[in-house]
Amino acid sequence: MEGRDASPRRPPNSPTLEDARRKAGAVAVSKERQWDIGRQRRAEKIERAKVALSGSLRGKIFSRDRTVVLLEALLSPGDRVCQEGNNQKQADFLAQALTEVDPSRVNNLHVVQSVVALPEHIEIFERGIAARLDFCFCGPQAGRLTALLHEGRVSVGAIHNYLELFGRYFIDLTPQVSLIAAQAADSQGNLYTGPNTEDTPAIVEATAFRGGIVVAQVNEIVDRLPRVDVPADWVDFVVQSPHPHLVEPLFTRDPALISEIQILMAMTAIKGIYAEYGVQHLNHGIGFDTAAIELLLPTYAESLGLKGRICRHWALNPHPTLIPAIESGFVESVHSFGSESGMERYVAARSDVFFTGADGSMRSNRAFCQTAGLYACDLFIGSTLQIDLAGNSSTATKGRMTGFGGAPNMGSDARGRRHPTPAWLKAGEQARRGRDRMPRGRKLVVQIAESFREHMVSTFVERLDAWDLAAAAGLDIPPVMIYGEDVTHILTEEGIANLLLCRDEEDVEQAIRGVAGYTDVGRKRDRRMVENLRDRGVITRPEDLGIDPRLATRDLLAARSMKDLVRWSGGLYQPPARFRHW
Amino acid sequence: MIVPRTSYVEATARRRVEAVLDHDSFWEFLPPEERVTSPHLSQLDLPVAFDDGVVVGGGTVQGRRVLLAAQEGAFMGGAVGEVHGAKLTGLFARAVDERPDAVVLLLESGGVRLHEANAGLIAVSEIIRALLAARGRGIRVLAVIGGGVGCFGGMGIVARCCDAVIMLEEGRLGMSGPEVIEMAGGVEELDSRDKALVWRTFGGKHRYLLGDCEYLVEDDVAAIRESIHQALEAASGFELEQLEAEHALLEKRLRELAHLHDAIDMWRALGLPDPDTLPMLDLARFTPIAHRARSFWKGEG
Amino acid sequence: MVGWAVSAASTFSSLVKTTMEHLEFTFPGRRAATGRKHAVLVGVVGSGNLEVLLEPKPLGGACQIVVKTAVAGFGEIWQAVLEDFCRRHGLGDLLVSINDLGATPAVVALRLDQAVHELEGSGP
Repeated sequence: MEGRDASPRRPPNSPTLEDARRKAGAVAVSKERQWDIGRQRRAEKIERAKVALSGSLRGKIFSRDRTVVLLEALLSPGDRVCQEGNNQKQADFLAQALTEVDPSRVNNLHVVQSVVALPEHIEIFERGIAARLDFCFCGPQAGRLTALLHEGRVSVGAIHNYLELFGRYFIDLTPQVSLIAAQAADSQGNLYTGPNTEDTPAIVEATAFRGGIVVAQVNEIVDRLPRVDVPADWVDFVVQSPHPHLVEPLFTRDPALISEIQILMAMTAIKGIYAEYGVQHLNHGIGFDTAAIELLLPTYAESLGLKGRICRHWALNPHPTLIPAIESGFVESVHSFGSESGMERYVAARSDVFFTGADGSMRSNRAFCQTAGLYACDLFIGSTLQIDLAGNSSTATKGRMTGFGGAPNMGSDARGRRHPTPAWLKAGEQARRGRDRMPRGRKLVVQIAESFREHMVSTFVERLDAWDLAAAAGLDIPPVMIYGEDVTHILTEEGIANLLLCRDEEDVEQAIRGVAGYTDVGRKRDRRMVENLRDRGVITRPEDLGIDPRLATRDLLAARSMKDLVRWSGGLYQPPARFRHW
Repeated sequence: MIVPRTSYVEATARRRVEAVLDHDSFWEFLPPEERVTSPHLSQLDLPVAFDDGVVVGGGTVQGRRVLLAAQEGAFMGGAVGEVHGAKLTGLFARAVDERPDAVVLLLESGGVRLHEANAGLIAVSEIIRALLAARGRGIRVLAVIGGGVGCFGGMGIVARCCDAVIMLEEGRLGMSGPEVIEMAGGVEELDSRDKALVWRTFGGKHRYLLGDCEYLVEDDVAAIRESIHQALEAASGFELEQLEAEHALLEKRLRELAHLHDAIDMWRALGLPDPDTLPMLDLARFTPIAHRARSFWKGEG
Repeated sequence: MVGWAVSAASTFSSLVKTTMEHLEFTFPGRRAATGRKHAVLVGVVGSGNLEVLLEPKPLGGACQIVVKTAVAGFGEIWQAVLEDFCRRHGLGDLLVSINDLGATPAVVALRLDQAVHELEGSGP
């Protein structure tokens, strides 16, 4: 709505001398211009809200039955709104209240939030309360969102990576009202976020310091907070939710579901990439492929003598499957985007490894952890749904615009990076391939995927579905998760394609076909060229690394069940009920 | 911590047989190459398995001669069809002839194979009759329960007809399975997605506390072999007074516990300390506590 | 008494909607299997899995493969996977019988290799 008050009298692109003079004159009379309209509007809204809440406001704390009334008082049509929707923590009570506002009073909202996770996040578009969306990731609601897009009931600005959206909070997408979630508040309105801090600091910082309004839902109101994560004067209103905010255990993978093929790929990753480059600082995407790697560190990697040589420092949520690697001394430090349900006690008891506050509980922060993933990590490895012949990879498939979360950020080469590490330098050297270029390093970006997904759907495609999705949704560019030029390795059950060593596009194409298994893309390989690429070390098969696929059994996993993880943790890890198969 | 090399819970039926028996002692009736598969499944154009999901044969456990059967939970949830059932029934008939030290059943089954309907139901009743006939001739029958599918329906009855039941904590034993109960009684009756609830209702620990199984063991093949050995040594019998004692125990259980809805309430009623913590205890700490409940049942009868 | 069987059976039948496909292949072999076993069975007919039965038999030096799969329409891929298997091991006078419930090619190749390993007691 930035253009709302602009005068339509003159065509904008015809500057004349007259215009210039007028502008100069405008500078001279600038005393007439108001410079704190934002602050005034904010004051008006807060005044309106106080009237609406009448007797039910105690300091900053209001009673929950007035929530809808408060939102109607605070929100103007077209406002930019952030409902704290994280990967895990959700401001679910406030999101529910927002669906209940009167669309004739509150409409055309511009939603700027990282994760569209709850049905309520979609419902406000269906009810005409919101119209525009800028986001990062859309999990279970992807199907509904895509349908709304096709019906023209939501317009999407862009699908961002997290840091990019947070960046825009401070440039052109500053929220005017933010609805956030915290664990607890005190009577003044100071907030304690608990282990799941996630996006809260970035949202509050942008909103509170540019005339915005922060409304917080909390699980409890206490006399004394364990620690203050958000100071009271950055918070305008607080409500105690009738139920604790939703926290999804998104990063829990049951080891019982890891397949032999995933174990084979994990062995290949450890020996062919982690050991090869000496990867010490890294991030893992979420999935069974990377969980398998985590569970092979204390067994397979240990047997290769890699303890202390790989995987020491992590930007990672507290994955339960990392417990055995931590307990066996592989892992020295972990900084996290958010927490994970059931890991609270374990994390608190391992403060040498995790970031914790003086109160003992975990402190996470998505913005800082994403920064760490971008600049301080040598490797990102994650799964994907589609890879094309240039190595472009996307999780957006027909009818499902999911977005990408942190992958586009952490899975990109950080061209601003300057500090060297052996892994970074070695990848950079391979990328130069002996050409006389300025020495610099390169981030290792690995896409790990079986050639066929479930139901025999091929991971490898000639053309990404992202193209059709972009056309149908009117996006300027196809939603690509990781660009081919950033991907350094593609790893499947057939082996590793090292794209750094490819000389040209044809090399890249055949290297990808050469690990694409029995998919259409794989069967169309030029066998002679693929053998040649193998001789050149561009393609590495498991047997080239001395890995016998028949030995890739579940016996290699350091933990084969959730119960094993609990045991490794000495009983500190308490898995959510749905994972308790005993 | 070192994870045991061979997980019984994860192993296939064939691997379980190899693991439980003395090395190289196994021989098989109707091996896969005989291709005695289900005629019903082929008629329905459904996949068959060369052994119809059950391995039957013989071998030794710590030198003691046994006949044994192992159901494959991954094939149709270990469900009993006509051929599958006939292989089990035949095993008991053979036991009467051969008089082994025991018949050992490695059970994992959701019950009757729906696709074979009446043939499957009849098969289960034939198994039970053959089992009881074998016990009547003094043949000891042991069941081992520990697999992802659990032991439900007709096979749950079969298990409780045995001299002794050996359960893993991960094993489950019951009549109707959790999904079926939820389907019939609604989610308020039982939320089948609440795995912790499911396990404290059907799982090894609860069955051990209620006296439905005699041995509760870790997911460790050596421990399972040891409890089979113990069960072979233990006193056993199939006389009227034993059945009457069993019935008295069931009556007592009904009297004491039927009004309670959650296993945790039952454990509290049995006088166990901190019942909430029992599901997460490892067996070394759980077993001494559990003895208190076990003696409750064995008390006045 | 029927109720309780539903849990096992319904999850299964939801996996199997397509009709069974029956495929047969014959490839030339280079050598007979070593070892004395007359048959080995590897794998189970579970979701995403398969069972492979290997039986050395006089077949004029050929390797004959019979596949019954619950997922129809992937004959070309079976052909490619099995061709590579025969190229890898070169076993002749061998009957390979497969019951498949939607295993991926990677799993099929793995089970075949495991079965040969068990038949011959050593690596390929």
